[in-house]
Amino acid sequence: MSPPPGPMRGRRHGPSMPTEKAADFRGTIVKLVRYCRPYLPAILIAVVFAALGAVMSVIGPNFVGDLSDLISEGIPVAGHSGVIDMDAVMRISVILLSIYAASWVFNFLQGYIMATTSQRIARTMRSEISAKINRMPLRYFDRHQFGDTLSRVTNDVDSVGVALNSSIGSLVNALAMLLGCLVMMLWTNWIMAGVAIIATVFGFVLMFTIMRRSQKYFVGQQRVLGEVNGQIEEVYSGHTVVKAFNGEYGAIGQFVDANGRLYSNAWKSQFLSGMMMPLMGFVGNLGYVAVCITGSVLMVQGHADIGTIVSFMIYVRLFTSPLNLIAQANTSIQSAAAAGERVFEFLGEEEMEDESSKTAAIDEVRGKVEFDHVRFGYLPDKTIIHDLSFTAEPGSKVAVVGPTGAGKTTLVNLLMRFYDPDSGEIRIDGIPTSDMPREKVRDLFCMILQDTWIFEGTIRENIVYSEEGVTDEDVMRACDAVGLIHFVNTLPEGLDTVLDDRASISAGQRQQITIARAIIENAPLLILDEATSSVDTRTERVIQRAMDDLTVGRTSFVIAHRLSTIRNADVILVMRDGDIKEIGNHDELMARNGYYAELYNSQFEE
Amino acid sequence: MADGMTRMDKLRLFMRYTERKDYLMLMAAFLFVVVQVYMDITIPGYMSEIVELLYTPGTVPSDILGTGGWMLLCALVSLSAALVTGFIAARVAATVAMRLREAIFRKTLSFSMEEIGRFSTASLITRSTNDITQVQLFIAVGMQVIIKAPIMAVWGVSMILGKNFEWTLVTAGAVVILVLIMSVIVFVAIPKSRLIQSLTDDVNRVTRENLTGIRVVRAYNAEGYQEEKFEDANRRLTDTNLFVSKVMSLVSPSMSFLMSGLTAAIYIVGATLIDSALPLERTALFADMVVFSNYAMLIIMAFMSLSMITIIAPRSLVAAGRIVEVIATDATIADGTETEGVPGKEGTVEFRDVSFSYPGAQEAVVSGITFTASKGDTVAIIGATGCGKSTIVNLIPRFYDVTSGSVMVDGRDVREYTQRSLRDRIGYVPQKAVLFSGTVRSNVSYGSEDATDEEVRKAVAVAQGRDFVESMEGGYDAPIAQGGSNVSGGQKQRLSIARAVCSKPEIYIFDDSFSALDYKTDLNLRRALKDEVGDATVIMVAQRIGTIRDADTILVVDDGRIVGSGRHDDLLRDCPVYREIALSQLSEEELS
Repeated sequence: MSPPPGPMRGRRHGPSMPTEKAADFRGTIVKLVRYCRPYLPAILIAVVFAALGAVMSVIGPNFVGDLSDLISEGIPVAGHSGVIDMDAVMRISVILLSIYAASWVFNFLQGYIMATTSQRIARTMRSEISAKINRMPLRYFDRHQFGDTLSRVTNDVDSVGVALNSSIGSLVNALAMLLGCLVMMLWTNWIMAGVAIIATVFGFVLMFTIMRRSQKYFVGQQRVLGEVNGQIEEVYSGHTVVKAFNGEYGAIGQFVDANGRLYSNAWKSQFLSGMMMPLMGFVGNLGYVAVCITGSVLMVQGHADIGTIVSFMIYVRLFTSPLNLIAQANTSIQSAAAAGERVFEFLGEEEMEDESSKTAAIDEVRGKVEFDHVRFGYLPDKTIIHDLSFTAEPGSKVAVVGPTGAGKTTLVNLLMRFYDPDSGEIRIDGIPTSDMPREKVRDLFCMILQDTWIFEGTIRENIVYSEEGVTDEDVMRACDAVGLIHFVNTLPEGLDTVLDDRASISAGQRQQITIARAIIENAPLLILDEATSSVDTRTERVIQRAMDDLTVGRTSFVIAHRLSTIRNADVILVMRDGDIKEIGNHDELMARNGYYAELYNSQFEE
Repeated sequence: MADGMTRMDKLRLFMRYTERKDYLMLMAAFLFVVVQVYMDITIPGYMSEIVELLYTPGTVPSDILGTGGWMLLCALVSLSAALVTGFIAARVAATVAMRLREAIFRKTLSFSMEEIGRFSTASLITRSTNDITQVQLFIAVGMQVIIKAPIMAVWGVSMILGKNFEWTLVTAGAVVILVLIMSVIVFVAIPKSRLIQSLTDDVNRVTRENLTGIRVVRAYNAEGYQEEKFEDANRRLTDTNLFVSKVMSLVSPSMSFLMSGLTAAIYIVGATLIDSALPLERTALFADMVVFSNYAMLIIMAFMSLSMITIIAPRSLVAAGRIVEVIATDATIADGTETEGVPGKEGTVEFRDVSFSYPGAQEAVVSGITFTASKGDTVAIIGATGCGKSTIVNLIPRFYDVTSGSVMVDGRDVREYTQRSLRDRIGYVPQKAVLFSGTVRSNVSYGSEDATDEEVRKAVAVAQGRDFVESMEGGYDAPIAQGGSNVSGGQKQRLSIARAVCSKPEIYIFDDSFSALDYKTDLNLRRALKDEVGDATVIMVAQRIGTIRDADTILVVDDGRIVGSGRHDDLLRDCPVYREIALSQLSEEELS
């Protein structure tokens, strides 16, 4: 029930990887802000707390400096009193600790509010995507891969959530800290501030130059890693064929080559990304020394005191860290914008037409189905069904035949209003289905498709599904009708057995459950795809009997594979290349000696 | 067998993928780390020297410049040492990863279907990709920290230990608090984060169910039901997410509080100490205080990175263990030495009382299988799903080895051949067509790379693929996407058949390869095969009576045993199982 975990799927990577960029960054951010509107007050409060927290971190060192000054008063040198004012020390200590405590409170509240807010926003986004899926036309899903929609529900929403959670806080915090540091440094001593800024900026220019140069290795590493992993996936999944055709020698040669290229990219990008931290450290030390030397020069000249130098030692460190944080937050916001863009794109997709004004309904269904000059194409400029007209009388059987890929499901799509015809009408008991709301049309049909669909849940849940007021007796009766009752009774949990990827149920049992589901629904019309799935002969017979029982008294549309079904059908629609080629019953069609006859004979010809 | 391995065995095997050169490199890295830590520790010394200088009357800026210069030099040496260490770590990590990746790839290719089945393809892919990356990252980043953190911690502690009891106590207190915060992460947040993964999977699953069953959902008007289910999964995910983020929002401010609080505490304790000290000791004590606050930070950092390692290491160890498990597994199929069959027996396939059961399984999948296919014969195998049809044909190219009895190809037991020469004789077409990324041509000539254009074209024509291939953009050079996702199922199957035809085998194996084709293509294809390669032996598994009714021999398999063998008409008369299968597909009159 779940696809194999491939390395190519999965989440996006860490910070050293090149980030995706949104096509319309500004537009996406505007949309995101508008989306977060109900939470804006909370976010604003968090921003204020972030700024306050930063202010606390910045003014703290000043008091450490004062503390240091007070203590140094106790050192017996000229100009010092030689006495430590312990009262003042205590007073400043209390202030200092209160500042740190306040900083803790502000940062915690900021984190708490943003965590709560971003999770709520992520939850709303997921819900909206899920609800959106049910409002979109099938056209979209027939054309887009499921994986794409899935990754929007999880990965993309996650990216947005993480960015909201961490980036806003740390960005505001870092900006405030940077600004605060700058102000405090300038205010304390502008000469030393200038020196600290020059040293830091020099370091960062150096660092960014290296990082820019290394970008190509990151890109290369991602590309070659994709190539290597692709080879692994391909060769492993085609293992038998590789072995049967002695392809391992060639495969190993190719792999060794790509693996070698991966090695050279991998160590380079690893080395370069590992340089960040030591370089940061060096920039910090550079700033420190620069500040100390300048400080000492100034002190000798009487323009600074020891406290100033001590607080600058801390400012220099505080000053370098936000720059790094801003760079990180920027990366995270960039990827969130790219993810957000995909989420909003999905939420902005065209929806099915609103049908709340349609009121037509059929009270007592007789089951006459008419196709009246129906014209249809999946693409606007590519009509595949050109002009289809036929009538299925109440209780009759319509067989749809044709080779694989002939478009037999198109008819199901039109009957169930998964797609609407481009022109012409489909009428049930004289009422055009386009005049009825979709739910009403679908209520009229039992549908059994070839791709059996079982979801994770108990057998009972799978059979009852969305039907209400179904008793266990009903379920057991349905199980009996499809020959599933013995299987259910042998299970220790019976109907409560959970069907998940650990439970091994056969293809036949899946079919049987699907049919039981249709029996419970008990709608007056039937759509049936009787594809010969790989089940053993006995089960197949049971399934066929259950299917045949379902057709009794119901107008049925059968995508037929069994010759007996085809020959007994009242109307046979012969399909080829998407369109209906011939219509008639078996004898008529055989007499015509056309495509149907050719198709039919190809099985027995020798 | 990999299951019985102890952790020590695994480690030993893992070590085999490191060479002496790597150890020399690691030793060098160790030395450079020591240099780096030494420099990092010396730097605070210069700092306090600068501070002392500042307090010493008569200091001129050039003195500070001198000391500052030394300090900067140390910083530069530290940076260089760190870069060299990083270089070595990156090289060693990439080298080990490259070797492991190649080893696991080669090993997997040597596996038979049995080992593949035991691990599962998906798991083997994860082990060869994500797990290797995990190990590489750990060696590159984790190893440095593992070497560096203890050196830092021990050194830092030894530097301050003798100095002052009160400050040591304050630092020790900070370490204890750090450990407490870290244990909140390890014991509260991490287990919940694991839960998040499975809850995310739930959200994914419900969405996937909704998407794969979208027609059913709409047919049953069950959109509301699905949304309710989604909301439930969504709520559980959000609640757990909220819990973890709330805990984490507590952790990060606490960390910075701890760090800044420690500095403040050292100063406050320092004030008391200096206040009660003799005036002459005060200068030294003050310098000590600055140094101490630096070392204390060093120790905290060391403990922090150590705890990070305890969080990351287990995952990498598991990944390494999973890789080693694959490498330690030996393929059950051993190569023979023969390359030639017995003269005069070319093109024959013979099963002599063959049984096969999975290792450790009670029941045999197939047993007592005996039949002979002479050159040019068509032998068809039919029976219910799971009856062992595919297993029988899989024994011919040695995807599995027999448990007892023997399978002979060209008059010789398949186990006597080298795998290469055995498989050169066989053209195999699996049930599920496999295409590789490349072109139509590269797929058809796979395994027979020296095939001419003419041969490729011919093979495609025999496989009834000429029309669609020639209508593709680029024709025979049209690109094929990974897994053949840009061609339809029937087209895939035809290319897969063309591949077998192109390799000009003595023996064809079709493992239910025709079911994906419509009746007409099926018929044309069998005719073309007969015309073009009539002298080749064909062993085919099939589901449709129509496909096999003209076979020279039909084997009817039920529950792993042959319950009937002969031609269509005889079986219809004599074999009840065959008759039952036939009747489920055709009516009496059609069969007669």
